[in-house]
Amino acid sequence: MAKESTLKNMVTTLSVITLISSALMGGAYVLTKEPIDNAFAQKTNSAISAVAPKFDNDPSSEAFTMELSGKGYKVYPAKMGGELVGYAIESFSSGFGGRLSLMVGFNIDGSINSISVLGHSETPGLGDKIEPGKSGFGVQFQGKNPQDFKMVVKKDGGDVDAITASTITSRAYCDAVNTAWEIFKLCIENQTQGGAQ
Amino acid sequence: MSKLKLITKGIIKENPTFVLMLGMCPTLGTTSSAINGLGMGLATTFVLILSNMAISSIAGSIPNKVRIPSYIVVIAAFVTVLQLMMQAYTPELYETLGLFIPLIVVNCIVLGRAEAFASKNSVVDSALDGIGIGLGFTLALTVLGAIRELLGSASFFGIKLIAGDGILVFILAPGAFIALGYLMVIFNKLRS
Repeated sequence: MAKESTLKNMVTTLSVITLISSALMGGAYVLTKEPIDNAFAQKTNSAISAVAPKFDNDPSSEAFTMELSGKGYKVYPAKMGGELVGYAIESFSSGFGGRLSLMVGFNIDGSINSISVLGHSETPGLGDKIEPGKSGFGVQFQGKNPQDFKMVVKKDGGDVDAITASTITSRAYCDAVNTAWEIFKLCIENQTQGGAQ
Repeated sequence: MSKLKLITKGIIKENPTFVLMLGMCPTLGTTSSAINGLGMGLATTFVLILSNMAISSIAGSIPNKVRIPSYIVVIAAFVTVLQLMMQAYTPELYETLGLFIPLIVVNCIVLGRAEAFASKNSVVDSALDGIGIGLGFTLALTVLGAIRELLGSASFFGIKLIAGDGILVFILAPGAFIALGYLMVIFNKLRS
Protein backbone atom coordinates (compact mmCIF):
# COMPACT_ATOMS: atom_id res chain seq x y z
CA MET A 1 0.00 0.00 0.00
CA ALA A 2 0.91 3.69 0.12
CA LYS A 3 4.38 4.67 1.16
CA GLU A 4 4.96 6.38 4.47
CA SER A 5 4.56 10.16 4.36
CA THR A 6 8.11 11.14 5.26
CA LEU A 7 9.57 14.34 3.90
CA LYS A 8 12.01 12.48 1.69
CA ASN A 9 9.28 10.25 0.25
CA MET A 10 6.94 13.15 -0.46
CA VAL A 11 9.61 15.28 -2.12
CA THR A 12 10.87 12.46 -4.33
CA THR A 13 7.36 11.38 -5.36
CA LEU A 14 6.26 14.89 -6.30
CA SER A 15 9.52 15.59 -8.13
CA VAL A 16 9.28 12.40 -10.16
CA ILE A 17 5.63 12.98 -11.02
CA THR A 18 6.13 16.61 -12.05
CA LEU A 19 9.20 15.66 -14.08
CA ILE A 20 7.38 12.95 -16.01
CA SER A 21 4.34 15.17 -16.52
CA SER A 22 6.39 18.07 -17.85
CA ALA A 23 8.22 15.72 -20.23
CA LEU A 24 4.82 14.52 -21.49
CA MET A 25 3.58 18.07 -22.01
CA GLY A 26 6.81 19.13 -23.66
CA GLY A 27 6.54 16.22 -26.08
CA ALA A 28 2.93 17.07 -26.91
CA TYR A 29 3.88 20.71 -27.42
CA VAL A 30 6.64 19.86 -29.89
CA LEU A 31 4.38 17.45 -31.78
CA THR A 32 1.45 19.86 -32.06
CA LYS A 33 3.31 23.13 -32.60
CA GLU A 34 3.31 22.92 -36.37
CA PRO A 35 -0.35 21.89 -36.83
CA ILE A 36 -1.42 24.64 -34.38
CA ASP A 37 0.52 27.30 -36.28
CA ASN A 38 -0.92 25.98 -39.54
CA ALA A 39 -4.47 26.03 -38.22
CA PHE A 40 -4.02 29.58 -36.99
CA ALA A 41 -2.47 30.79 -40.25
CA GLN A 42 -5.22 29.07 -42.21
CA LYS A 43 -7.88 30.84 -40.18
CA THR A 44 -6.26 34.23 -40.76
CA ASN A 45 -5.78 33.49 -44.45
CA SER A 46 -9.37 32.43 -45.00
CA ALA A 47 -10.56 35.57 -43.19
CA ILE A 48 -8.32 37.68 -45.44
CA SER A 49 -9.48 36.07 -48.65
CA ALA A 50 -13.09 36.41 -47.52
CA VAL A 51 -12.84 40.17 -47.13
CA ALA A 52 -10.02 41.52 -49.31
CA PRO A 53 -10.36 42.19 -53.04
CA LYS A 54 -8.97 39.45 -55.26
CA PHE A 55 -5.22 39.04 -54.74
CA ASP A 56 -2.39 36.73 -55.79
CA ASN A 57 0.23 37.43 -53.11
CA ASP A 58 0.56 36.01 -49.60
CA PRO A 59 -0.82 38.80 -47.38
CA SER A 60 0.08 37.16 -44.07
CA SER A 61 3.77 37.06 -44.92
CA GLU A 62 3.69 40.76 -45.87
CA ALA A 63 1.65 41.85 -42.86
CA PHE A 64 2.73 44.87 -40.86
CA THR A 65 1.46 46.69 -37.80
CA MET A 66 0.04 50.21 -37.75
CA GLU A 67 -0.34 52.20 -34.57
CA LEU A 68 -3.35 54.31 -33.72
CA SER A 69 -3.72 56.03 -30.35
CA GLY A 70 -1.31 53.67 -28.65
CA LYS A 71 -2.74 50.42 -29.99
CA GLY A 72 -1.25 48.28 -32.71
CA TYR A 73 -3.42 46.92 -35.54
CA LYS A 74 -2.39 44.30 -38.06
CA VAL A 75 -2.66 45.18 -41.71
CA TYR A 76 -2.51 42.66 -44.55
CA PRO A 77 -1.84 44.17 -47.96
CA ALA A 78 -3.58 42.49 -50.91
CA LYS A 79 -1.73 42.69 -54.20
CA MET A 80 -2.53 41.57 -57.72
CA GLY A 81 0.48 41.17 -59.97
CA GLY A 82 2.61 43.27 -57.61
CA GLU A 83 0.09 46.12 -57.68
CA LEU A 84 -1.58 47.04 -54.38
CA VAL A 85 -5.34 46.46 -54.70
CA GLY A 86 -6.50 46.81 -51.13
CA TYR A 87 -5.94 46.03 -47.49
CA ALA A 88 -7.40 43.62 -44.98
CA ILE A 89 -7.23 45.24 -41.56
CA GLU A 90 -7.65 43.45 -38.27
CA SER A 91 -9.56 45.74 -35.96
CA PHE A 92 -11.17 45.44 -32.56
CA SER A 93 -13.34 47.26 -30.05
CA SER A 94 -15.14 46.30 -26.92
CA GLY A 95 -18.61 44.93 -27.37
CA PHE A 96 -21.37 43.96 -24.97
CA GLY A 97 -19.71 40.77 -23.77
CA GLY A 98 -16.05 41.53 -24.30
CA ARG A 99 -13.58 42.02 -27.10
CA LEU A 100 -15.02 42.13 -30.59
CA SER A 101 -12.55 41.61 -33.41
CA LEU A 102 -13.21 42.09 -37.09
CA MET A 103 -11.32 41.69 -40.32
CA VAL A 104 -12.25 44.60 -42.56
CA GLY A 105 -11.35 44.49 -46.25
CA PHE A 106 -10.86 47.76 -48.14
CA ASN A 107 -10.51 48.33 -51.86
CA ILE A 108 -7.76 50.72 -52.84
CA ASP A 109 -10.32 53.52 -53.46
CA GLY A 110 -11.37 53.35 -49.82
CA SER A 111 -14.67 51.53 -50.22
CA ILE A 112 -15.34 48.57 -47.96
CA ASN A 113 -15.13 45.28 -49.82
CA SER A 114 -16.40 43.00 -47.07
CA ILE A 115 -16.18 42.42 -43.34
CA SER A 116 -15.82 39.20 -41.40
CA VAL A 117 -16.00 38.57 -37.67
CA LEU A 118 -12.87 36.98 -36.21
CA GLY A 119 -14.06 36.59 -32.67
CA HIS A 120 -16.65 37.92 -30.26
CA SER A 121 -18.44 37.06 -27.06
CA GLU A 122 -21.80 38.67 -27.72
CA THR A 123 -25.12 37.24 -26.57
CA PRO A 124 -26.16 34.20 -28.63
CA GLY A 125 -29.34 34.94 -30.54
CA LEU A 126 -29.01 38.71 -30.16
CA GLY A 127 -25.56 40.23 -30.57
CA ASP A 128 -24.17 37.28 -32.49
CA LYS A 129 -26.22 38.39 -35.51
CA ILE A 130 -23.11 40.37 -36.47
CA GLU A 131 -21.71 37.08 -37.77
CA PRO A 132 -21.98 36.86 -41.53
CA GLY A 133 -24.77 34.46 -42.45
CA LYS A 134 -26.77 34.99 -39.27
CA SER A 135 -28.23 38.27 -40.44
CA GLY A 136 -27.74 40.91 -43.07
CA PHE A 137 -26.17 43.34 -40.63
CA GLY A 138 -22.65 43.11 -42.04
CA VAL A 139 -23.88 43.27 -45.63
CA GLN A 140 -24.95 46.92 -45.40
CA PHE A 141 -21.29 47.94 -45.18
CA GLN A 142 -20.29 46.22 -48.40
CA GLY A 143 -19.33 48.57 -51.20
CA LYS A 144 -19.85 51.64 -49.04
CA ASN A 145 -17.18 54.31 -48.88
CA PRO A 146 -16.84 55.61 -45.31
CA GLN A 147 -16.30 59.10 -46.73
CA ASP A 148 -19.97 59.39 -47.59
CA PHE A 149 -21.40 56.62 -45.42
CA LYS A 150 -21.53 57.66 -41.77
CA MET A 151 -20.64 54.55 -39.80
CA VAL A 152 -22.69 55.28 -36.72
CA VAL A 153 -26.00 53.63 -35.86
CA LYS A 154 -29.12 55.56 -36.93
CA LYS A 155 -30.08 56.14 -33.29
CA ASP A 156 -26.91 58.23 -32.94
CA GLY A 157 -27.41 60.07 -36.21
CA GLY A 158 -25.49 57.80 -38.58
CA ASP A 159 -26.39 55.65 -41.56
CA VAL A 160 -26.16 52.15 -40.06
CA ASP A 161 -29.21 50.04 -39.30
CA ALA A 162 -28.56 48.57 -35.86
CA ILE A 163 -29.52 45.03 -34.85
CA THR A 164 -32.77 45.10 -32.88
CA ALA A 165 -32.11 44.80 -29.14
CA SER A 166 -28.35 44.84 -29.71
CA THR A 167 -27.51 48.52 -29.99
CA ILE A 168 -24.34 48.18 -27.92
CA THR A 169 -23.05 45.39 -30.13
CA SER A 170 -23.93 47.36 -33.26
CA ARG A 171 -22.12 50.42 -31.90
CA ALA A 172 -19.03 48.35 -31.08
CA TYR A 173 -19.09 46.89 -34.59
CA CYS A 174 -19.24 50.40 -36.08
CA ASP A 175 -16.41 51.51 -33.79
CA ALA A 176 -14.23 48.69 -35.01
CA VAL A 177 -15.01 49.46 -38.66
CA ASN A 178 -14.25 53.14 -38.04
CA THR A 179 -10.93 52.23 -36.45
CA ALA A 180 -10.11 50.13 -39.50
CA TRP A 181 -11.00 53.09 -41.71
CA GLU A 182 -8.61 55.37 -39.76
CA ILE A 183 -5.89 52.77 -40.18
CA PHE A 184 -6.66 52.53 -43.87
CA LYS A 185 -6.26 56.29 -44.28
CA LEU A 186 -2.92 56.12 -42.44
CA CYS A 187 -1.75 53.35 -44.77
CA ILE A 188 -2.74 55.33 -47.87
CA GLU A 189 -1.08 58.52 -46.58
CA ASN A 190 2.16 56.74 -45.86
CA GLN A 191 2.00 54.74 -49.08
CA THR A 192 2.66 51.64 -47.05
CA GLN A 193 3.12 48.60 -49.22
CA GLY A 194 4.18 46.11 -46.61
CA GLY A 195 7.32 44.03 -46.68
CA ALA A 196 8.32 43.98 -50.34
CA GLN A 197 9.15 40.46 -51.41
CA MET B 1 -18.39 -6.69 -9.85
CA SER B 2 -18.39 -7.87 -13.46
CA LYS B 3 -16.48 -5.88 -16.05
CA LEU B 4 -19.62 -4.96 -17.93
CA LYS B 5 -21.26 -3.67 -14.78
CA LEU B 6 -18.29 -1.35 -14.24
CA ILE B 7 -19.19 0.38 -17.48
CA THR B 8 -22.96 0.40 -17.17
CA LYS B 9 -23.00 1.66 -13.61
CA GLY B 10 -21.33 4.88 -14.79
CA ILE B 11 -24.05 5.40 -17.37
CA ILE B 12 -27.11 4.70 -15.22
CA LYS B 13 -26.67 3.91 -11.54
CA GLU B 14 -23.90 6.40 -10.91
CA ASN B 15 -24.45 8.78 -13.80
CA PRO B 16 -22.14 11.69 -12.94
CA THR B 17 -24.57 14.39 -14.03
CA PHE B 18 -28.00 13.08 -13.08
CA VAL B 19 -27.16 11.03 -9.99
CA LEU B 20 -23.79 12.07 -8.55
CA MET B 21 -24.40 15.67 -9.69
CA LEU B 22 -20.73 16.36 -10.24
CA GLY B 23 -19.18 18.59 -12.87
CA MET B 24 -22.14 20.94 -13.09
CA CYS B 25 -20.06 23.87 -14.34
CA PRO B 26 -19.13 22.42 -17.77
CA THR B 27 -22.54 20.74 -17.93
CA LEU B 28 -24.35 24.05 -17.76
CA GLY B 29 -21.76 26.08 -19.61
CA THR B 30 -21.03 24.08 -22.73
CA THR B 31 -24.34 22.48 -23.65
CA SER B 32 -25.74 25.25 -25.82
CA SER B 33 -25.78 22.76 -28.70
CA ALA B 34 -25.66 18.98 -29.05
CA ILE B 35 -22.29 19.06 -30.80
CA ASN B 36 -20.71 21.13 -28.04
CA GLY B 37 -22.09 18.79 -25.39
CA LEU B 38 -20.78 15.75 -27.27
CA GLY B 39 -17.37 17.34 -27.75
CA MET B 40 -17.04 18.33 -24.12
CA GLY B 41 -18.20 14.87 -23.00
CA LEU B 42 -15.68 13.08 -25.21
CA ALA B 43 -12.86 15.41 -24.10
CA THR B 44 -13.63 14.67 -20.48
CA THR B 45 -13.88 10.93 -21.20
CA PHE B 46 -10.43 10.98 -22.79
CA VAL B 47 -8.89 12.64 -19.73
CA LEU B 48 -10.87 10.43 -17.36
CA ILE B 49 -9.69 7.15 -18.90
CA LEU B 50 -6.04 8.17 -19.07
CA SER B 51 -5.91 9.76 -15.63
CA ASN B 52 -7.74 6.81 -14.04
CA MET B 53 -5.25 4.38 -15.58
CA ALA B 54 -2.20 6.45 -14.69
CA ILE B 55 -3.34 7.09 -11.15
CA SER B 56 -4.29 3.49 -10.43
CA SER B 57 -0.86 2.36 -11.60
CA ILE B 58 1.07 4.83 -9.46
CA ALA B 59 -1.25 5.06 -6.45
CA GLY B 60 0.76 2.44 -4.55
CA SER B 61 3.91 4.49 -4.56
CA ILE B 62 2.44 7.85 -3.58
CA PRO B 63 2.64 8.88 0.08
CA ASN B 64 -0.80 9.59 1.48
CA LYS B 65 -0.20 13.24 2.38
CA VAL B 66 0.74 14.32 -1.15
CA ARG B 67 -1.77 12.21 -3.06
CA ILE B 68 -4.11 15.07 -4.04
CA PRO B 69 -1.35 17.30 -5.49
CA SER B 70 0.07 14.27 -7.30
CA TYR B 71 -3.32 13.42 -8.84
CA ILE B 72 -3.86 17.03 -9.91
CA VAL B 73 -0.46 17.18 -11.62
CA VAL B 74 -1.20 13.96 -13.52
CA ILE B 75 -4.67 15.18 -14.55
CA ALA B 76 -3.35 18.61 -15.55
CA ALA B 77 -0.70 17.01 -17.74
CA PHE B 78 -3.31 14.98 -19.63
CA VAL B 79 -5.59 17.99 -20.00
CA THR B 80 -2.74 20.07 -21.42
CA VAL B 81 -1.94 17.33 -23.93
CA LEU B 82 -5.62 17.18 -24.90
CA GLN B 83 -5.82 20.94 -25.21
CA LEU B 84 -2.81 21.09 -27.53
CA MET B 85 -4.19 18.26 -29.64
CA MET B 86 -7.60 19.89 -29.97
CA GLN B 87 -5.99 23.21 -30.90
CA ALA B 88 -4.02 21.43 -33.58
CA TYR B 89 -6.58 19.06 -35.07
CA THR B 90 -10.05 20.38 -34.17
CA PRO B 91 -9.53 24.16 -33.95
CA GLU B 92 -13.22 24.92 -34.47
CA LEU B 93 -14.40 22.73 -31.62
CA TYR B 94 -11.60 24.09 -29.47
CA GLU B 95 -12.80 27.60 -30.11
CA THR B 96 -16.38 26.94 -29.06
CA LEU B 97 -15.43 24.96 -25.94
CA GLY B 98 -12.63 27.43 -25.23
CA LEU B 99 -12.14 28.02 -21.55
CA PHE B 100 -13.87 24.81 -20.50
CA ILE B 101 -11.07 22.57 -21.78
CA PRO B 102 -8.39 23.74 -19.30
CA LEU B 103 -11.11 23.68 -16.65
CA ILE B 104 -11.38 19.88 -16.98
CA VAL B 105 -8.42 19.87 -14.57
CA VAL B 106 -10.65 20.99 -11.75
CA ASN B 107 -13.68 18.98 -12.88
CA CYS B 108 -14.82 17.16 -9.75
CA ILE B 109 -15.69 14.05 -11.77
CA VAL B 110 -12.07 13.45 -12.77
CA LEU B 111 -10.54 14.03 -9.35
CA GLY B 112 -13.51 12.29 -7.72
CA ARG B 113 -12.97 9.10 -9.73
CA ALA B 114 -9.23 9.23 -9.07
CA GLU B 115 -9.75 9.44 -5.34
CA ALA B 116 -12.81 7.23 -4.96
CA PHE B 117 -12.08 4.52 -7.51
CA ALA B 118 -8.75 4.53 -9.35
CA SER B 119 -6.55 4.77 -6.27
CA LYS B 120 -8.08 1.57 -4.87
CA ASN B 121 -8.60 -0.58 -7.97
CA SER B 122 -6.60 -2.25 -10.71
CA VAL B 123 -5.58 -0.49 -13.92
CA VAL B 124 -8.06 -2.41 -16.08
CA ASP B 125 -10.98 -1.80 -13.71
CA SER B 126 -10.04 1.87 -13.50
CA ALA B 127 -9.97 2.19 -17.27
CA LEU B 128 -13.42 0.57 -17.48
CA ASP B 129 -14.69 2.88 -14.76
CA GLY B 130 -13.31 5.83 -16.73
CA ILE B 131 -15.09 4.64 -19.88
CA GLY B 132 -18.36 4.15 -18.01
CA ILE B 133 -18.38 7.45 -16.17
CA GLY B 134 -17.13 9.23 -19.29
CA LEU B 135 -19.91 7.77 -21.42
CA GLY B 136 -22.47 8.65 -18.78
CA PHE B 137 -21.21 12.22 -18.76
CA THR B 138 -21.11 12.39 -22.56
CA LEU B 139 -24.64 11.00 -22.81
CA ALA B 140 -25.98 13.51 -20.30
CA LEU B 141 -24.26 16.44 -22.00
CA THR B 142 -25.36 15.40 -25.48
CA VAL B 143 -28.99 14.92 -24.44
CA LEU B 144 -29.02 18.23 -22.59
CA GLY B 145 -27.31 19.96 -25.51
CA ALA B 146 -29.73 18.44 -28.01
CA ILE B 147 -32.76 19.56 -26.01
CA ARG B 148 -31.43 23.08 -25.53
CA GLU B 149 -30.50 23.33 -29.20
CA LEU B 150 -33.88 22.00 -30.29
CA LEU B 151 -35.83 24.45 -28.15
CA GLY B 152 -33.43 27.35 -28.36
CA SER B 153 -32.37 27.45 -31.98
CA ALA B 154 -34.82 25.02 -33.61
CA SER B 155 -32.06 22.80 -34.93
CA PHE B 156 -30.63 19.35 -34.22
CA PHE B 157 -26.85 18.72 -34.38
CA GLY B 158 -26.50 21.90 -36.38
CA ILE B 159 -29.22 21.00 -38.90
CA LYS B 160 -31.92 23.64 -38.99
CA LEU B 161 -35.37 22.07 -38.59
CA ILE B 162 -37.67 25.08 -38.76
CA ALA B 163 -36.83 28.57 -39.97
CA GLY B 164 -36.72 31.10 -37.18
CA ASP B 165 -35.04 31.59 -33.86
CA GLY B 166 -36.59 29.29 -31.27
CA ILE B 167 -36.94 30.10 -27.60
CA LEU B 168 -33.87 32.17 -26.86
CA VAL B 169 -33.81 31.52 -23.11
CA PHE B 170 -32.77 27.89 -23.66
CA ILE B 171 -29.49 28.94 -25.26
CA LEU B 172 -28.73 31.22 -22.31
CA ALA B 173 -27.75 30.20 -18.79
CA PRO B 174 -31.26 30.11 -17.23
CA GLY B 175 -32.39 27.68 -19.94
CA ALA B 176 -29.53 25.36 -18.98
CA PHE B 177 -30.78 25.21 -15.40
CA ILE B 178 -34.40 24.68 -16.45
CA ALA B 179 -33.58 21.92 -18.95
CA LEU B 180 -31.16 20.20 -16.57
CA GLY B 181 -33.71 20.29 -13.74
CA TYR B 182 -36.40 18.60 -15.81
CA LEU B 183 -33.94 16.06 -17.21
CA MET B 184 -32.89 15.10 -13.69
CA VAL B 185 -36.50 14.56 -12.67
CA ILE B 186 -37.21 12.38 -15.70
CA PHE B 187 -33.97 10.40 -15.34
CA ASN B 188 -34.46 9.67 -11.67
CA LYS B 189 -38.11 8.74 -12.20
CA LEU B 190 -37.11 6.25 -14.90
CA ARG B 191 -34.25 4.88 -12.83
CA SER B 192 -36.28 4.05 -9.73
